[in-house]
Amino acid sequence: MNHTLSIDVADQPGELSRIVGLFSARGFNIESISVGATLDPAWARVTIVTCGDDRTIEQIVKQCERLARVREVRDVTTSPHIERDTALITVNAEPGAQRQEVLSLVGVFRAKVVDISHTQMIVEASGNKDKVDAFIELLRPIGIHEITRAGRIAISRLMS
Amino acid sequence: MIAASQKQLEHASDDVEQFPRGAQILIEALLYEGVDSIFGYPGGAVLHIYDELWRARNRLTHYLVRHEQGAVHMAEGYARASGRPGVALVTSGPGATNAITGIANAYMDSTPIVVITGQVPLSLIGTDAFQEVDTVGITRPCVKHNYLVRDVCDLAAIVHEAFHLARSGRPGPVVIDIPKDVSAARTHYSRLEQVSFPFREQPGAPDSGTVARAAKAILEARRPVLYVGGGIVNSGAATALLAFAEQLQLPVTPTLMGLGGFPSAHPLMLGMLGMHGTYAANMAVAESDLLIAVGVRFDDRVTGKLATFAPHARVIHIDIDPANVGKNRAPDLTLIADARVALESLRREVNSTNNEQVTASIVQRTRWWDQLRAWQREQPLTFNGARDQIKPQHVIRELQRLTAGQAIIATDVGQHQMWAAQFYPFKRERQWITSGGLGAMGFGLPAAIGAQLAFRDRLVIAIVGDGGFQMTSQELATAIQYDLPVKVIIMNNGYLGMVRQWQEMFYERAYSEVDLSVAPDFLKLAEAYGAFAARAVKPEELPQVLEAGLAYKGVAVIEVVITKEENVFPMVPAGASARDMIFQSAGV
Repeated sequence: MNHTLSIDVADQPGELSRIVGLFSARGFNIESISVGATLDPAWARVTIVTCGDDRTIEQIVKQCERLARVREVRDVTTSPHIERDTALITVNAEPGAQRQEVLSLVGVFRAKVVDISHTQMIVEASGNKDKVDAFIELLRPIGIHEITRAGRIAISRLMS
Repeated sequence: MIAASQKQLEHASDDVEQFPRGAQILIEALLYEGVDSIFGYPGGAVLHIYDELWRARNRLTHYLVRHEQGAVHMAEGYARASGRPGVALVTSGPGATNAITGIANAYMDSTPIVVITGQVPLSLIGTDAFQEVDTVGITRPCVKHNYLVRDVCDLAAIVHEAFHLARSGRPGPVVIDIPKDVSAARTHYSRLEQVSFPFREQPGAPDSGTVARAAKAILEARRPVLYVGGGIVNSGAATALLAFAEQLQLPVTPTLMGLGGFPSAHPLMLGMLGMHGTYAANMAVAESDLLIAVGVRFDDRVTGKLATFAPHARVIHIDIDPANVGKNRAPDLTLIADARVALESLRREVNSTNNEQVTASIVQRTRWWDQLRAWQREQPLTFNGARDQIKPQHVIRELQRLTAGQAIIATDVGQHQMWAAQFYPFKRERQWITSGGLGAMGFGLPAAIGAQLAFRDRLVIAIVGDGGFQMTSQELATAIQYDLPVKVIIMNNGYLGMVRQWQEMFYERAYSEVDLSVAPDFLKLAEAYGAFAARAVKPEELPQVLEAGLAYKGVAVIEVVITKEENVFPMVPAGASARDMIFQSAGV
């Protein structure tokens, strides 16, 4: 099963490679990774999607927690949370029916057109992984030239 | 000088020249941490540091090694014997790469050391400069933590934090990489500056509810075994272990790293467990209904095939490192705690239960002890004597007799290591210094030198093979130079013995590249360094030769020519179960 881990680590040179190195050294898998600043500039948040049984995930969490500059490791999958995948897709969009079809898919998926030329568009899709995957699948017959996907990010839901 | 950093600019109005250099700050910080000895080897990137070491030579003694691997192993030997962090200092590039084996060894065996490496100046980092390697990158997988010091203003805080990390929790190696210009840059030194990183809390007293459940499980167990490891030694838990084991009359089996944590001659002792452990210890674990695992990590050399390791046992796992728990074997009860604190808590918990229950607990294990004694009688540790050849096990027995079991024993890696582990009777913790997890040949001699420095007045013996000795024999010069009178016993069988044993047993005697019979004359070699040297070839020569070597005031090298094809038994083949134990060579 896929787990999304949220790792808060000091925003210092080399710390990300410590985490990534730990995954490869211990044979853990990284499906996706994303890093960014947090509210406190001293800390960065690394979001890693990994897979494994409960014992493997527990080991990953514990091994990450051993790192001297890691403050907290949470498996956000274990509680209500929001995940986002993002993709930038260059797709054919010849004037006429083809462009209309792309635009209607963009509407249905609540994606965005971020660039356009005479024959192509760049569209931006964001949402959970299944939604982004489905969007790409529907665009595929139209002719996709390039896809750039970002690592997943996640955050715990508010307690109501 | 480096470009002035932000923090340095704050001092711009001061006369920077009046402040100490980074190199001097390093030494002040080391002295503050209680360091009095450093093992090292100079080079270009650490010239400023060596300049300051020269000035500070009356306060901090530097021991010049002959190879950087030796420096780190000496720091390890010092740390393992004394419990205090060992310190090594090497230059950039090859200095750092030569130190890696020792750093990885300390990581595997949880030994607190701080290794200071020189680095090329900040402005040259990343340019493939002379003697540049990415030390922080290369050492990252085998350190508790490492630092590249980019600003002299951070240096003192980093040194203090490094020592804290090396010592705390599960100990281990920490590397500080110092660019040459940082050791030359000046700032003021103040301990107050060490506002440092917010550390996670160290585990405190274990949860009382879990302690109570653990104590109950132990009291009720019919076939319990205490399986204890290096954590006992690192936490200074030998006394607490002895008290707890005696309180409930629990059988004890230590790992290779746990030797010395429980007296070898104690009636509750089953001997070491694992690949070359005793029959009684391995059978006890195989039949146990409760494994009380303290300061251990269920290493594959202990467990063999995991699925058949202690198959009937519930497991109570006590360890200071949460990542050790559940890594190889899922426990039924977990106590994340220092071994000593946990064992003392358990003992108090048992004390607070009524006496009848404790007595009943001991009585219900009478049959277990009958079984354990039967296993001990059935297959004791033994070896076949010989009239015309010296048996390696006999050498260890003779060392026991001549040292009254009081020597500090450091070993290299291989057959001699296992014979020493099996046959030397350890009385106390920190009496046994070996390379367990990494299995690094070349460890023995330098580790013994480090231990000898920690205890100049005690008898320190390095038991080595003819193979491993040749990996670090140059450190004899270090021992001679500083009058560190280690006694080196070379068990010479002219083979890479352990590999040969595996080839004999599992590769149809195809002795592929294990013949080391072309070797230097070890006596001449030792004498060339200025050491006392003697050799025993016949059994009747052994006592006298050992006696003379051990009695010698300075460094002594004693070569013992042993049976060429002796095997270490018993043996549980890799990946097998305790029941698959082999006791003698096929066809014997």
